[in-house]
Amino acid sequence: METNVTIKKLSNRFPGAIIETHSHRGDDTAVVKKESILEICTFLRDDEALLYNFMMDLTVVDYLGREPRFEVVYHLFSLRHNRRVRIKARVSEADAIIDSIVPVWVGANWFEREAFDMYGITFKGHPEMRRILLYEGFEGHPLRKDYPIKKRQPLIGPIN
Amino acid sequence: MSDLMKDLHTEHMVINMGPSHPVTHGTVKFLVTLDGENIVDMKVDIGYLHRGFEKMCESGTWQQVIPYTDRLNYVSPLINNVGYALAVEKLIGIEVPERCQYLRVIACELSRIADHLTNVAAGGLELGAFTAFLYFVEARELVWDLIEMLCGARVTVNFVRIGGLKNDLPQGFQDKTRAVFKECRRLWNDVDKLLTKNRIFIDRVRNVGDISAEEAIAYGFTGPCLRACGIPYDVRKAQPYLVYDRMDFEVPIGETGDNFDKYLVRMEEIQQSMKIVEQALSQLPDGPINLDLPQYRMQPKEDIYHRIDSLIFHFKTVIDGIKPPPGEVYFAVEGANGELGFYLVSDGSGKPYKCRVRPPCFPLTAAMPRLMKGRLIADIVPTFDMINMIGGECDR
Repeated sequence: METNVTIKKLSNRFPGAIIETHSHRGDDTAVVKKESILEICTFLRDDEALLYNFMMDLTVVDYLGREPRFEVVYHLFSLRHNRRVRIKARVSEADAIIDSIVPVWVGANWFEREAFDMYGITFKGHPEMRRILLYEGFEGHPLRKDYPIKKRQPLIGPIN
Repeated sequence: MSDLMKDLHTEHMVINMGPSHPVTHGTVKFLVTLDGENIVDMKVDIGYLHRGFEKMCESGTWQQVIPYTDRLNYVSPLINNVGYALAVEKLIGIEVPERCQYLRVIACELSRIADHLTNVAAGGLELGAFTAFLYFVEARELVWDLIEMLCGARVTVNFVRIGGLKNDLPQGFQDKTRAVFKECRRLWNDVDKLLTKNRIFIDRVRNVGDISAEEAIAYGFTGPCLRACGIPYDVRKAQPYLVYDRMDFEVPIGETGDNFDKYLVRMEEIQQSMKIVEQALSQLPDGPINLDLPQYRMQPKEDIYHRIDSLIFHFKTVIDGIKPPPGEVYFAVEGANGELGFYLVSDGSGKPYKCRVRPPCFPLTAAMPRLMKGRLIADIVPTFDMINMIGGECDR
């Protein structure tokens, strides 16, 4: 199957790092170990048969009650092969840290800052790990499922 | 002279531009470090329009997200509507009737025209071309009249539904479109004459804000800004959705990726979009606009009043929300600024578990320091304009 090229190549290259794969509604997805995310992303970008040169989206999903609690979700796109893939890495609450992929795609910078802002995941090796949409001094990470929707915080002015 | 320069007391100056500054026509702040008029460093501070889009989506039902999507890119709200509806339909695994697909294409392209008109108009205005601004805002008003005719609102349209549309085309829409496009083309020609060969305009935009194709890709550029670098990537061509594969249109590309190329790409896309609308109107098939699936798309009002099963479905979908099967999808459409993607996760309940938007102007705004370092402070004006940062979408 043409659509599964990416998943096949990944499983062959990193047999120990792929936890599971699926293609729900035609979206190829691979769940990988968070320790090898940087290596896998570099491979996906540089391999001739894959060439995922776009980091389209990076976000986090909070599965409260599951262990590990968070999933960092990467959406990649290959212009040459006109193909998309979703890579997910699971991160636990106690050790909410994962390698930054800014060395692979410089455009990931703000996406990772947003993920940190909203979910409190730290990206190791990021050049500027601070809040982006909310202000310095905001307490908590609002997109976590245990952050109450009606909670209010006083606005303090921006800090330069 | 060099001795004199050495003794001169020169220090870098840090100035704030924004969050409310005539140049930053989104609410955004630039922290610029200046050496004279040269930009040494620049930091972009966003988030002033952050209102917790995702958190709001997670607290409402799937249908209640649609009005929120209007407020993402509020210059082309119909594209956001369509993008979200298509993503949910992909999650459920349904496809809307053919007539509905055509109408969605028409809606998207009208929105794209309005967006590009606004962008070029504002860009002209900020560089002193007030006439061009007036002409294109007039054209945009005409397009908005069409949109108003279509869905009753000009900006907060709330037109698309999951599995269909709010209403069918109104009477006389074809004739009105023909008249509006005739006028738009006349105004387009006027603005083209005013700007494209205008020495003052060219001096401000040529070779400013240029970026190589490789770098643009690494930064995650999409849409007109990427095409201006010479990469013909357009979601409508690469992964055709709706009925774009039946439309005959070109994807204009630039060469250097500078602001002038971005301007030219947008100008050409206005023409192409008008062509698409005309084709879609002439090919428009008859038939229903809504899916006949009462668990996802509300039945017509007369059925709800007169049939018990329709009433039950109506009650269930309004109170509990529609229930897509558990799963996750990513769906991208070509927004006016680039790839607009929706990543949805469903846990099988009536509320989205996660509703993520990939805003096209977010990576574009992130590249502002790269585009501006070493340039003059006056270059911020055209560059930021051609980036077309929309606060509602960037900050969500």
